[in-house]
Amino acid sequence: MSDLFARYRKLLARRDQLLGQGANPFGLRFDRLLSPTRALVEGREVLLLGTNNYLGLTFDPACVEAALAATRAYGTGTTGSRIANGTYDLHERLERALADFYDRARCLVFTTGYQANLATLAGLAGPGDRIFIDSHSHASIYDGCLLSGARIIRFRHNDAEDLERRLARHRGEEGIQLVVVEGLYSMLGDVAPLRELVAVVRRHGAWMVVDEAHSLGVYGARGRGVAEEQGVEAEVDVVVGTFSKSLGAVGGFAVSHHEGLELLRYAARPYMFTASPSPATMASVTAAIQRIRDDPSLRERIWRNARALHAGLAELGLRLGADPGPVVAVVLPDEATAVAVWNHLLAHGLYVNLALPPGTPDRRSLLRLSVSAAHSEEEIERAIAAFRELVRRFDLKSAA
Amino acid sequence: MMTKDEISARIIDLVERHNPKGLTILLETDLTEELEIDSVAAMDLVMEIEEEFDLNIPVNEVADLRTVGDLVELVARELRGREP
Repeated sequence: MSDLFARYRKLLARRDQLLGQGANPFGLRFDRLLSPTRALVEGREVLLLGTNNYLGLTFDPACVEAALAATRAYGTGTTGSRIANGTYDLHERLERALADFYDRARCLVFTTGYQANLATLAGLAGPGDRIFIDSHSHASIYDGCLLSGARIIRFRHNDAEDLERRLARHRGEEGIQLVVVEGLYSMLGDVAPLRELVAVVRRHGAWMVVDEAHSLGVYGARGRGVAEEQGVEAEVDVVVGTFSKSLGAVGGFAVSHHEGLELLRYAARPYMFTASPSPATMASVTAAIQRIRDDPSLRERIWRNARALHAGLAELGLRLGADPGPVVAVVLPDEATAVAVWNHLLAHGLYVNLALPPGTPDRRSLLRLSVSAAHSEEEIERAIAAFRELVRRFDLKSAA
Repeated sequence: MMTKDEISARIIDLVERHNPKGLTILLETDLTEELEIDSVAAMDLVMEIEEEFDLNIPVNEVADLRTVGDLVELVARELRGREP
């Protein structure tokens, strides 16, 4: 009899080889969360620097209480989709809160951030259209494009000139042209040059979607993201984002000044054919948005920590992926070193993300650290000290 | 209009950059099995081909590529599609 999973032979060998070197970087179990920045792993306390919990709101009392109250009042789940099984006032309240926060006419919420991109891209474009995506785009952007049936054209990462060349090749053709970029790229932590990109988009009569998943709550005077930071919000047609990072829950959204966004409720399958976000999620996210509006010190703290961590690691001579920001990527010479270093850090009480090809840009092996407003200065110091020890032991300085 | 032979020659030149084992590259050469070009390298190769021929190759078309000949057919098709 043939093996149903025969196609995964190479994957299996690679996984077994990886697991042979220590803990499982792609399936580590946290037995208990002690705070947004600390957890128990196999009975030992670990400092968390790989959570995407940028503002540390997962344990925020206002958010936790809102989730508890909503669960008591509305139950544990919505048990269905909004088109088939109804909308709760909590959905509409959250959509209004997000629309107000972004100062946009329309907002749709989705059950996951992944589905936010699927629904938005498949809802906006279709066969006969073209979607231009940055070559470092997240998998949800690729998958949303595939679901749309549009022709997908990649342009070189953060390269407005390459985008322009590619748009020019289709001048005069039928169909809409959608350009999709991320505000902050989550692997290397680098920011999109949105000013240059929106100029190209406008010159070619295309439409612009910006995914602010990793930048919401961190960039911009009000925390709306990189488009706000770079002063180009009016040029962006749709902003997509997630609840699962700075907002501390699970889910996603799209906001737009186009009234037509509403039509996606009747056309975008990842919105229509899935259960809507849970009462707890909607309530905690509504509270989290209020926290971002009320408390600019959240942003001040994450930036203080981000700058301190970046400076500390740069001083050790490590090769970093980008300028200071909520994501700090340490570029390592090869996969074997990356896995060994990841295990060493975990054994010394530090959890970071291991990112390996093909999931990384340009085949790089990375340790990816995400900073939180909830980290204390002492915790950031501790993380830098762990890397100091690492540099001595693994000679990463010369290798990188 | 470029001939199939011209397209083939230029594509084989580009594929040579992804041929560390020095295999003889034919139209039948399998990109994954013989040249061991994985999904990431395939995207790099496609960008090189796009620049060489000044055209956009949609990602949708890349998944079905098996051989060097498939690349040639794809480029020929895209070039034809661009004609007025």
